[in-house]
Amino acid sequence: MKIQKQLKDQIVEICNSFNNDPCNLINVLHQVQGKIGYLPVEVQQVIAECLHIPASKVYGVVTFYAFFTMTPKGKYAVSVCLGTACYVRGAEKVLEEFERQLGIKSGETDATGTFSLNTLRCVGACGLAPVAMVGDKVYGRLTPADVKAIVEEYRAMEK
Amino acid sequence: MDKIKVTIDNRTVEVAKGTTILKAAQQLGIEIPTLCHFELEGLNFHNRPGGCRICVVEVPGRRTLAPACVTECMPDMVVYTNSPRVLNARKTVLELILSDHPADCLNCSKCGSCELQDLAIRFGVRENPYVGGNHVQSEYKVEVSPSIIRDMNKCVMCRRCEEMCNKVQTVGALSAIERGFPAVVSTAFGNTLTESPCVFCGQCVAVCPVGALTEVDNNYQVLRDLADPNKKTVVQVAPAVRVALGEEFGMKPGEIVTGKLAAALKAIGFDYVFDTDWSADLTIMEEGTELIGRLKKFLAGDKDVKIPLMTSCCPAWVNFYEKHFPQLREYPSSAKSPQQMFGAVAKNYFAEKINCKREDMVCVSVMPCLAKKYETGREEFKKNGNPDVDYSISTRELARLIKMFNIDFNTLEPIEFDSPLGESTGAAVIFGATGGVMEAAVRTAYEVLTGKTLPKIDFEELRGLEGVREAVVDIDGLKLNLAVVYGLGNARKMLELIEKGECKYHAIEVMACPGGCIDGAGQPYHHGDSSIIKARWEATYRADRELPIRKSHENPSIQAIYKEYYKEPCGHLSHEQLHTIYFDKKIRVDEE
Repeated sequence: MKIQKQLKDQIVEICNSFNNDPCNLINVLHQVQGKIGYLPVEVQQVIAECLHIPASKVYGVVTFYAFFTMTPKGKYAVSVCLGTACYVRGAEKVLEEFERQLGIKSGETDATGTFSLNTLRCVGACGLAPVAMVGDKVYGRLTPADVKAIVEEYRAMEK
Repeated sequence: MDKIKVTIDNRTVEVAKGTTILKAAQQLGIEIPTLCHFELEGLNFHNRPGGCRICVVEVPGRRTLAPACVTECMPDMVVYTNSPRVLNARKTVLELILSDHPADCLNCSKCGSCELQDLAIRFGVRENPYVGGNHVQSEYKVEVSPSIIRDMNKCVMCRRCEEMCNKVQTVGALSAIERGFPAVVSTAFGNTLTESPCVFCGQCVAVCPVGALTEVDNNYQVLRDLADPNKKTVVQVAPAVRVALGEEFGMKPGEIVTGKLAAALKAIGFDYVFDTDWSADLTIMEEGTELIGRLKKFLAGDKDVKIPLMTSCCPAWVNFYEKHFPQLREYPSSAKSPQQMFGAVAKNYFAEKINCKREDMVCVSVMPCLAKKYETGREEFKKNGNPDVDYSISTRELARLIKMFNIDFNTLEPIEFDSPLGESTGAAVIFGATGGVMEAAVRTAYEVLTGKTLPKIDFEELRGLEGVREAVVDIDGLKLNLAVVYGLGNARKMLELIEKGECKYHAIEVMACPGGCIDGAGQPYHHGDSSIIKARWEATYRADRELPIRKSHENPSIQAIYKEYYKEPCGHLSHEQLHTIYFDKKIRVDEE
């Protein structure tokens, strides 16, 4: 297993800032993902070494929380809310339409690294259900028919 | 201590405050069924996640049913363990667990000794209302490692293995991952056990209630070789097997079945039925001599000599320091384990003696252990690709083999092991229990160092079932600080002491499994009954007392092989055949 020195130093620094305390595993993961976008195997292994816990434990936490991801997110990270309110107002159909428009399944990133698609549970905007996010921008009251235009909006920015 | 009264199924009992309903019921002789809950009393293992809910009981006045394994008794509590509500809930819990469990009991290797199967029988589960429709069972890839098979489709998330791997063994190979239906116990990143920090101690297998974790079965390879007229088959049996095998044939735990065991192996058709006890005596000669050598240097002020000497008989322990503490790998003795010493002697000395080519000899070992399977495959124990020990089968596999051969084990006439690799001493048989290797070594070291006869053979101070024990043994004025540990978590503490330069011991014995090899992962399943382990432990020392010779260096067959072949312990030839080296196998992330 290999890791770039610069990346390792960044992770070590974050772990140090939490005194390498295993109780802060979630905070460490949060910050590391914030910095590099995702949590690949070698990154988790370094975190495990710094915090003196088994890598299996780190992996267990990373896979438990939907927030953490082991695949790099796209430049535009699309998240479709599947919380109760969104779900009953047809979020599943919206998700299916995103999958069709982007040509990827939930949890995947497209080949060019432009888009990634994920689901999440509630962004706290249930009044706007169903809701999706692209990066930090929230789109509410969606129907499958709205999806194409949203995707096109970002595709246009890439051209 | 505060005492409180509880009434369970209309019977009142007084218990200490903090006692769980499960424990209080046990005091009344009421057995509440459990699945995830697991305890090895006196051996420091508890798994109480309170997750499976099989043990729910009814407490009038309480809205919900209470899980007995984690609910503490309250003063004057009233509990019903078999009300209709309870029995219905248990059945539903079982149906839900079974809805995500393959219904392939007939060809599951755990069939007949599966705790989930037992519960399903007990609660009369006849159909499963939760199977079908949109529901799809979780599917995971089956992993076959050198020792352990992981079929996680069968995992019920009791997390006993996780507790054992992390808390007791501190190996950290296994962890619960994901959530909901995909939740399962896994290695980091779904790697194979070989790629993980796993040391193949197999204690996860020993505590798994179902068929999710089982041993690799080598019986059919053994059968194939037994049937081959061109092969000479040699079998060796580890010390701990003889005090446990009887359990598989309905005998009470702690029965010593050495003679019947030898007779069964003969009846199965092995050409030579030998004893790992013989090579345990040989181990003492080599390891004991190494200890004396290191001690002499140490006492002479040599700063480079590695003290404490740590034992190296346990293959899971060897894997542990190779994978977790490779920087300290010069502390353990370089002596091979008794299994591998036997293999080396069989395929070199004995093959020559009976005029058999190495490739035509098949060396099989019967072990209480699963790590031994991994050990047989180590490259350093092969010559031109041919291993010193071809296969290692567990006590459980041998029991199956005996049953396959229509042998009525209970009525077998006991016989002696074959000569010359079958004679052994009491010092060898105690290798099976924690403290035994150290005691055997001290018996020999004392007499070799002082030239005097031991005033008392029994070193009671080294015996016991506590996880860490220490003793000072007086060898004619030389006070030896000794430690005996079992469980790799305890071994880790010793290694950490060495690393900090705070270790006061001259020698440390390590066995990976709770209580030593008698509770090895290849032994008959104890299902959490630690009285079985206790009985095997007592039988081990009884077997020692019953033997005429109780010191390894007095084994006439061992004396003969040194005279005829090896010349001296730790000599040139024994270094070549009976000693080994250790490797750095730590998982690391290298910088690019």
